[in-house]
Amino acid sequence: MHLETTTGLDSRKMAIWTFIGSECLFFASLISTYMVYKGKSLTGPYPHEPWTNPSTHEVVKPILNIPLTSVSTFVLLMSSFAVVLALAGAQRGKRGMLIGWLSATMVGGMIFLGGQVYEFSHFVKEGLTLHQNLFGATFFTLTGFHGGHVTVGLIWLGSVLYTAIKGDLPPEKALNLEMAALYWHFVDVIWIIIFTVIYLIK
Amino acid sequence: MATSVMDHSGVHDAAKTGLWSWITTVDHKRIGILYGVSAFVFFLIGGLEALLIRWQLGSANNTFLSPDRYNQLFTMHGTTMIFLAVMPLSAMFFNFLIPLQIGARDVAFPRLNAFSYWVFIFGGLLLNSSFLFNLAPNAGWFGYANLTTKPYSPELNVDFWIIGLQILGIASLAAGVNFFTTIINLRGPGMKLMRMPMFVWMSFITQVLILLAFPVITVALIMLMFDRHFGTMFFTVAQGGDPTLWQHLFWIFGHPEVYILILPAFGIVSEILPVFSRKPLFGYAAMVFSGAFIAFLGFGVWSHHMFATGMGPIADAVFSLSTMLIAVPTGVKIFNWIGTIWGGSLQFKTPMYFALGFIAMFIMGGLSGVMHASPPADLQQTDTYFVVAHFHYVLFGGSIFALTAGAYYWFPKMFGKMLDEGLGKVHFWLMLIGFNLTFMPMHFLGLNGMPRRVYTYPAGTGFEFWNRVETAGSLLLGFSFLVFVYNIFRTMRKAPPAPADPWNGATLEWAIPSPPQEFNFADVPVVHGRDPLWDLKRERGGMLPEPPRVSGKGIHMPNPSYWPIVAALGVLVTLSGFIIGFPYVNLVGAVILLIGIFRWAFEPAG
Repeated sequence: MHLETTTGLDSRKMAIWTFIGSECLFFASLISTYMVYKGKSLTGPYPHEPWTNPSTHEVVKPILNIPLTSVSTFVLLMSSFAVVLALAGAQRGKRGMLIGWLSATMVGGMIFLGGQVYEFSHFVKEGLTLHQNLFGATFFTLTGFHGGHVTVGLIWLGSVLYTAIKGDLPPEKALNLEMAALYWHFVDVIWIIIFTVIYLIK
Repeated sequence: MATSVMDHSGVHDAAKTGLWSWITTVDHKRIGILYGVSAFVFFLIGGLEALLIRWQLGSANNTFLSPDRYNQLFTMHGTTMIFLAVMPLSAMFFNFLIPLQIGARDVAFPRLNAFSYWVFIFGGLLLNSSFLFNLAPNAGWFGYANLTTKPYSPELNVDFWIIGLQILGIASLAAGVNFFTTIINLRGPGMKLMRMPMFVWMSFITQVLILLAFPVITVALIMLMFDRHFGTMFFTVAQGGDPTLWQHLFWIFGHPEVYILILPAFGIVSEILPVFSRKPLFGYAAMVFSGAFIAFLGFGVWSHHMFATGMGPIADAVFSLSTMLIAVPTGVKIFNWIGTIWGGSLQFKTPMYFALGFIAMFIMGGLSGVMHASPPADLQQTDTYFVVAHFHYVLFGGSIFALTAGAYYWFPKMFGKMLDEGLGKVHFWLMLIGFNLTFMPMHFLGLNGMPRRVYTYPAGTGFEFWNRVETAGSLLLGFSFLVFVYNIFRTMRKAPPAPADPWNGATLEWAIPSPPQEFNFADVPVVHGRDPLWDLKRERGGMLPEPPRVSGKGIHMPNPSYWPIVAALGVLVTLSGFIIGFPYVNLVGAVILLIGIFRWAFEPAG
């Protein structure tokens, strides 16, 4: 159904922007909580300082692996670039470009998620869990919900990729991809803020 | 999609009546009626809870209710009235009126609209189902941590509250996206922003508030749930957490929430007063901007709920001043309403009675609100009945009076019959007297030191007399709604059909038959001013002829769908897994949700 709209903008695109506006407040609340509790942990492991475990007398190094996460951040940002090219392919009816770059986007997202799974399991081995200290609670909640958003984005992009492979994403339906792409960009932009707040600011 | 070429001609004729047609409906008018009926039932349940509370407090040392039952009742009364009565009653008017008033055939996303309703009703049923297990939420509608953390609330009561509110939040957010987009994007030709009816404007601002406020309580509820289930310590002092974080997050949501409850009421009254004063709304632009300003300031005043936590003089001063500042745009609105009726040829019909009652009662609630804005006064009033008096004057005297005015005003449009005027006025006077008998004495009791949220009080405190008066008043108030219910039943059975335009209205919904046909407008109306129907009547020199009901052949309307209710069920099961069996129930729910969303996404929308 193609109705004319008051603004000329497709209502679905308007809706996804509205939803993103609402999501900003969701992440703002989580990020604020992280910042409020920054440095308030009563026990380690700590993000940027070493910690001696009082029961084992073992020294735990600063737990964040900044080089590794920088790489996965770079991959996630490149996936944003890839989805732009995929959308260009969809709008111009270039099937190879669309499917190739959309697949690349999803691979990028999966590498990022893989990095997060590795990081989480590594942290748990080092003794950082949801219930270890405030850093663990706020870190896992914030990055976990971001990872959840990446997962939803991957499912969404995957279903668009499926329609593209079936040959059901002609240029006039490129908006189906554009909506998923807008959401994907949002998830990436939020990650830049999270990465800065958690990893870069000591 | 290969299926999109299939023939839809049979779809529209099938299933116009019966239960299945209501379950699969995507018609904004039917969804509006569903919201209205459900919310009114929840309103009666919440009212019954209030009457039980009042009966308990009617005499000193009463043992009618146990302390725990009392806690459950006041918690569920607040939660029900806010999330299951006033918000969805407003949603009834959003649904029914916004497309009609902007000249649209439906909302932007009809199936998302159905989804919102089904998620809402499932959330409401889940919350109330807790009574069956004697596990109703019992820690207040504000759910203050650390009272709500596991050591202090070990049972499932608080989990019902958390999950119920999360589900209701999803319904509100989906509706918020939908109505925001509808108002921006589906206005008919000539319906510029500054020509929109005031109800549409206030609804629009309300959607913005919903979109920006609800994510915050979502996060707060997630953190509380994590504290209860997964051992985090967001609100546990012994591990470095801080319960005041809950209060900040809750009230960053909670204060905009009170404007979510009152702005639609402002819109309703701004529609009714001009029609029964036979004058355009006074100061239209000032009304729009004061509404927007109230909403904007609404995000900068939350800590006035927290003066008692001791935030220090600077924070107290800032939040005190920003709170007092809200009195300015609110005062602008009140003066504009008075300006609207000033010098008008007033017609005292039932909706007008309730609208005028709204102004008077809301002013009283607003004045006690300004008193709370002053920290030294607030510290005396915190946790006393004075606060209870204040918010009932704005929420009952404000929202409920206006919503009732709207119910009488738009009933003929929604159901095609006029409610009885005589019974309507009886309802009004009983409600006005009952309301003031119930809540006015709470001011005195509060200032005399009677605390809120206690299930009884000792004899000889001097509280007995006014409590008895309040209980008598509350029975009268409850009775006034029985008159309303009787009026509805009598009208539906006996009243003759209502004309399209019984009140000589100014807005587009009165141009079409009562009740409207599925497609609303046979021809999409063109708008040239702020009161399009009055302009047209002036042009034609009198009332318009009764609009005929036409066949609507060739008007393409969206198909009914049962995937919204399936997806809504998925939301319910996914989230209730946290109460009845983590993680397997959650996973089953997620599968139902995914199936619902995918079948929805790939079915032809029509």
